[in-house]
Amino acid sequence: MLPMAALVWASRSEGKQAFWDAVTSPQSVAALKLTVGAAFIVAVLNAVLGTVTAWVLVRDDFRGKSVINSIIDLPFALPTIVAGLTLLALYGPKSPIGIDIAFTRTAILAALMFVTLPFVVRTVQPVLTELDHEMEEAARSLGASELTTFRRVIFPNILPGILSGFALAFAKAVGEIGSLVIISGNLPYRTEVSSVFILGQIESGNPAGAAAVAVVLLVISFAILLVVGAIRHFTTRHDRA
Amino acid sequence: MSIHVRNISKRFGDFTALDDVTLDVEGGSLTALLGPSGSGKSTLLRIIAGLEFADQGEILIAGEDATDIRPQDRNVGFVFQHYAAFKHMTVRDNVAFGLQVRKRPKAEIRDRVDELLKLVQLEAFGHRYPAQLSGGQRQRMALARALAPKPEVLLLDEPFGALDARVRAELRDWLRRLHEEVDVTTIFVTHDQAEAMDVASQIAVMNTGRVEQVGSPTQLYDEPASEFVMQFVGEANRLGDRWVRPHDLDVSPDPGPGGVEAQIGRITRYGFDARIELVAADGEPLLVQVTRDRLEELELERGQIVWVVAHHERAFADATATER
Amino acid sequence: MRRYALRFVALFYLAAILIAPLGIVFYRTFEDGFAAAWEALSTPETIHAFKLTLIITAIAVPLNTVFGIICAIAIVRKRFPGKGLLNAFIDLPLALSPVVVGLSLFLLYGRTGWFGGFFERHDIQVLFALPAMIIATIFVSLPFVAREVVPTLREIGDEQEQAARTLGANGWQTFRRITLPSIRWAVIYGVILTTARCLGEYGAVAVVSGRIQGETETATLRVEERYDSFDLAGAYAIAIVLALIAIAVLLLMTLVKPREGTT
Repeated sequence: MLPMAALVWASRSEGKQAFWDAVTSPQSVAALKLTVGAAFIVAVLNAVLGTVTAWVLVRDDFRGKSVINSIIDLPFALPTIVAGLTLLALYGPKSPIGIDIAFTRTAILAALMFVTLPFVVRTVQPVLTELDHEMEEAARSLGASELTTFRRVIFPNILPGILSGFALAFAKAVGEIGSLVIISGNLPYRTEVSSVFILGQIESGNPAGAAAVAVVLLVISFAILLVVGAIRHFTTRHDRA
Repeated sequence: MSIHVRNISKRFGDFTALDDVTLDVEGGSLTALLGPSGSGKSTLLRIIAGLEFADQGEILIAGEDATDIRPQDRNVGFVFQHYAAFKHMTVRDNVAFGLQVRKRPKAEIRDRVDELLKLVQLEAFGHRYPAQLSGGQRQRMALARALAPKPEVLLLDEPFGALDARVRAELRDWLRRLHEEVDVTTIFVTHDQAEAMDVASQIAVMNTGRVEQVGSPTQLYDEPASEFVMQFVGEANRLGDRWVRPHDLDVSPDPGPGGVEAQIGRITRYGFDARIELVAADGEPLLVQVTRDRLEELELERGQIVWVVAHHERAFADATATER
Repeated sequence: MRRYALRFVALFYLAAILIAPLGIVFYRTFEDGFAAAWEALSTPETIHAFKLTLIITAIAVPLNTVFGIICAIAIVRKRFPGKGLLNAFIDLPLALSPVVVGLSLFLLYGRTGWFGGFFERHDIQVLFALPAMIIATIFVSLPFVAREVVPTLREIGDEQEQAARTLGANGWQTFRRITLPSIRWAVIYGVILTTARCLGEYGAVAVVSGRIQGETETATLRVEERYDSFDLAGAYAIAIVLALIAIAVLLLMTLVKPREGTT
């Protein structure tokens, strides 16, 4: 807890005006917009793709499924800097398949997709596994098509899992640095994310400014966590007898 | 709506769940599929519902071949042992589901839901969630839900299995009365022979994937077609290779023709009747049921050696007895 | 039909994002031959970087394991004011950017920081030295053991422990002979996750270490340093070693995971 307090304190140390200036400097704003925007896009994409992946892992069966299931955890095990480097190797200047997105915003999205990939899959999998199959059978016996059954019975019950995964993915993406330093090129105003910006501020001797932006990032993270938590609370009210 | 099951077979890997099963269910009747676990009764029910598909054979519902039709299109109502409630929807929404899926007008849905909630006595619970209901209430909701779209057939899979004894007894009565009111062809699966005897007008006794006998409760009890049915439905004593009902036995203090020597264990009095538990000379447990008057006449004591005589025995040509 | 479509989408997604990139790095590293890769790995600075990473991990993991077990037991079995706060606090590092973590430590222990003065007077260097790096790594890898043990403890229930008490066991005996064995796999899984996190940490140590080659550079920091010095082969070589360790970690995770979920 102490470090957090120190952070907030330091961000205030040069007064309100300095705080505001640090946060609203054009470079800072650009970084913040990029960071939050990219995190959001990636979280949404992973929410969809992660759910599909979880679905396939739980409901489908094919050779090598258990291998695939294990690979999902790779981003948890792999150092982020290595992740960035590997993406650079495949999708960068010397790419064997001719895709070069190094130093672009797309690269940021790709890197963030990598590090946040497991979150939604792992939060949706247990929910899907425990889903009462009989509920689906009941829906079918009552005349619902497969699509309707998914929409009205399955989806509402896996939604809390998807939302949790979304929140975790977003929080991770907002603060991510290791995978981005190499592949994004850290070009200010273009491909510089807030975490890199903060690092730069520290290294150029402006810890207070860094702290200010850090506080903003924190607030955004917490806000998302709160909002998602509230939505979860709302959508699971039927479980509280 | 009558249901005809013709030569249905189903295997799960090496396990034969149903072996050439044929059964006719009269429209409007209340039929029980009775048997121990693994007898195939649930599988048969699910095949009738379309939740499983048979390997061979046909299902005819109201004269139409429904064998390959999806459950969605069969218009059967299904009630699950563990309710399968839509836990994220209110009771009203649960009951309304079948009608909403058929895109009925809102007013019609509302009225029908009201009607059904009244029928199952859950009017006050419309806006609650299943998690807030007791087991018995959830099952009543499940019944209302299944009946809402006016199915031709109502199928119940061990509907009271998850409930405690008292609730089970209440709901049994209740199901019977409901059937009288609603008059839809109903089939329910149970392993509890007392339940089947109490509720159903026709019972199909199943064992290891085959139908052993179909008949009314009285028929099954008085005229069992095989050892298995004799043992499974009602109580039965085995004397050598013959079978006798407890009330067809008598006890005598003296040896006589055809008597079996046995030692008295417990004697229990149940109002007008008495039950005498004995162990025969060959170790076989015996149960004799006599009237209280007869018991007093005999003046029996625990540990006493007596002779058990049968008034009416049965023998079965093909002893298809399976270990119970 | 729909099932194949779904399967294809999922597998393509995984291949594009996870599998293919990893394969390429392996290829690239050995593109110039085994010898070149080996040379890149055996420079003194690189060796030191690996050593440093291992030392930090070797310190952080046991500390976090003990802390995690204690916290988990406190959260699940005991009542005390501020319990909810402790629970939230443990999850905090997961929501924070590592750079922010590093920054807050920087502010605390830097020369002008709250604690900085104290340390400087006693001539102990925290920042830009090993201590700060250890603290940073501890903080970011804090949650894992606790998070794995808590649900397991909850699920097991405390009946066995109660039984042990009625049979005369004291607190420590109960812990050692009943509690610990029952959470064994959860702890192991948590340790694996913690280790992976420590080995892979970048952002927080980047801030507090000063990145002094040969002194305060971890393996992950070195990868970046090599890349910035245009020594791509060197960067890939180190990355491969880390990736191989990660795959080993992944295998361990796969092996332990099913056991972790059962009692």
